[in-house]
Amino acid sequence: MVSFLSILFLFCLWEFIARLGFVSPLFLPAPTAILETGIKMALSGEIFHHIGASLWRIFWGFSCAAVIGTLVGILLGFFSLAESIGNPIIAATYPIPKIAILPLLILWLGIGEYSKIAVIGLGVFFPMVINVYTGVRNVDPVLIKAAISLGSDRKRIIRKVILPSALPMIFAGLKLGIGIALLLVVAAEMIAADAGIGYMILTSADLMQTTKLMFGISILSMLGLVFSWIINKIEKLCIPWKT
Amino acid sequence: MRVVIEHVCKTFEDGSGGKTEALRDINLTNEENEFLVVVGPSGCGKSTLLNIVAGLLPATSGKVIFEGIPDLSKPFTSVVFQEFALFPWRTVEKNIMYGPEERGLPKNEREDIARHFIDMVGLKGFEKRYPHQLSGGMKQRVSIARALANDPWLLLMDEPFSALDAQTRTIMQGELSQIYEKTHKSVLYITHNIQEAVFLGDRVAVLSRRPGRVESVISIDLPRPREENIVLAPEFLSYAEEIWGHIRDQAKSALSE
Repeated sequence: MVSFLSILFLFCLWEFIARLGFVSPLFLPAPTAILETGIKMALSGEIFHHIGASLWRIFWGFSCAAVIGTLVGILLGFFSLAESIGNPIIAATYPIPKIAILPLLILWLGIGEYSKIAVIGLGVFFPMVINVYTGVRNVDPVLIKAAISLGSDRKRIIRKVILPSALPMIFAGLKLGIGIALLLVVAAEMIAADAGIGYMILTSADLMQTTKLMFGISILSMLGLVFSWIINKIEKLCIPWKT
Repeated sequence: MRVVIEHVCKTFEDGSGGKTEALRDINLTNEENEFLVVVGPSGCGKSTLLNIVAGLLPATSGKVIFEGIPDLSKPFTSVVFQEFALFPWRTVEKNIMYGPEERGLPKNEREDIARHFIDMVGLKGFEKRYPHQLSGGMKQRVSIARALANDPWLLLMDEPFSALDAQTRTIMQGELSQIYEKTHKSVLYITHNIQEAVFLGDRVAVLSRRPGRVESVISIDLPRPREENIVLAPEFLSYAEEIWGHIRDQAKSALSE
C-alpha cells in the first residue's frame, strides 16, 4: 500500500511540474499525455504490432537458450570430462558483451529475425549455464548417498535427485535471463529492425515524439514486471517445497 | 543372513600423497537379527566403516560378506543418516516410497508399504507434509521409515540421533527399540554415546582412535524389550562403566591433540 502511494505521489508530482509549463513537453511530457498517446496507439493497433514483434524474438531466443543452457549446465556439472572441456570455453566467452557480437551475427545470419534471436539466446544462455552448473554442483552429497543406498543408478540420480535439487538455481537463472533478454531485444531492435519496442523508441526519438518514446519505455517496464510475475508463478508451482 | 566384516582396512589418500589410516584390520560379524552397536571416540573411523558396509565407499583391503541372502533383487542395506538426508521436494509418504519406487513395485503395493511404516513410526496425519515442515525428531522418523520401507537385510544407522536435542533423543531411542522388537531386522548402529549403545545394543564393539581397531566386543545381557527405566539398573551402569573404561583414555588423548 505504501509503495503504491509512493508511486502515485511521484506521478502526481510529475504531472504537476509538467503542467506548470516551465519545462517544454518536448523534454518532459505529462503522464496523462503519455497515457493519451498510449491509448491512441492501442486503438490503432500500432503498439501491439511492436510488442508482438519484440515478444516473438524474446520468446524464441529465451526459450531455446533456457533449454540448451539447462542441458549444458547439467552436463558440465555432472561429467568431469565435459566440465574440463566446457568451463574454459565458457570462462573465455562469458565476459564478451553480447551486443558486440550482433554485427557478426548479422553477417552470418542476415539482418532478419535470426540474428536478433541469436543474440538474445546468447545473452540468456550464459547465466542459465552458470546457474544450472552451480545448482548441480551444490547438490547435497548426502542426498546422492541416500539415493544410491536406496537403489538408484546414475541416470535415475540425475532425474530424481540432481534435477529437483538444482531447480531453485534453474529458476534463478531464468529470472536473470529474462532481464537480459529484454535488454538485448531492445538493443538489437535499435541497431537494425523495422518493428519492435526498441525500434519504436528509437524512431520516436528521431521524430521528437517524446510521448511515444516514453510510452515505449513504460511498456518495457511493464513487460519486465509481467515476465518476472509469470516466472515467479511457475516457480511456485514447480517448487512447492520451497519455504 | 549374517554380515561378516573381514580384515577391512581403509586408508585415505589426499591429492598431495598424504595418507591417513582410518581403519586397521576390522573383523566383526553382524549375526542374524542382531543389534550391533559400534561405539568409539570421534575420529575413530566408525562412519567410514558404515559407509564401507553400505557399499558407498570401497575398502582399501578386506571385504564385507553378506552370507545367505536368497533374494538379490533389492539393496542389501539401507542407511539412516545423521543429517536425515530426506529429499526436500518429496512429501513424507513420497520419501518413504522412494526405495520401493526404485525397485519397480506397483503403485498400490508402494502405498501399502508407505502406510505400514508411517503407522509404525507414528507419522499418521503427516503424510503430505514436506520435510521442512517437520521437527528434527519427525524427520528422523521419516528417514527410519524410508530405510525400512526398502526391506533391507541390514539396517545401517550412522549416529542417527546425534543431531537431536537430549529429550527427543531419549524418546527416539525408546521408539527405535520398539521398532526393533517389531521388525527384528539386523542393525549396525554407529554412535559415540555410550548410554545409547548399552540401551540399544545386543553387542557393543568398541573402536579405538585412529587408526580404528576393534578394541573389544561386549555382549549386553539385558532383557528385551528394553524400557526407559532400564538405564537406572545396576547392570546397565556397569556395562556403561566397562565401555567407558575402554574409551576414556582414547577420548582424553583426542582432547589433548
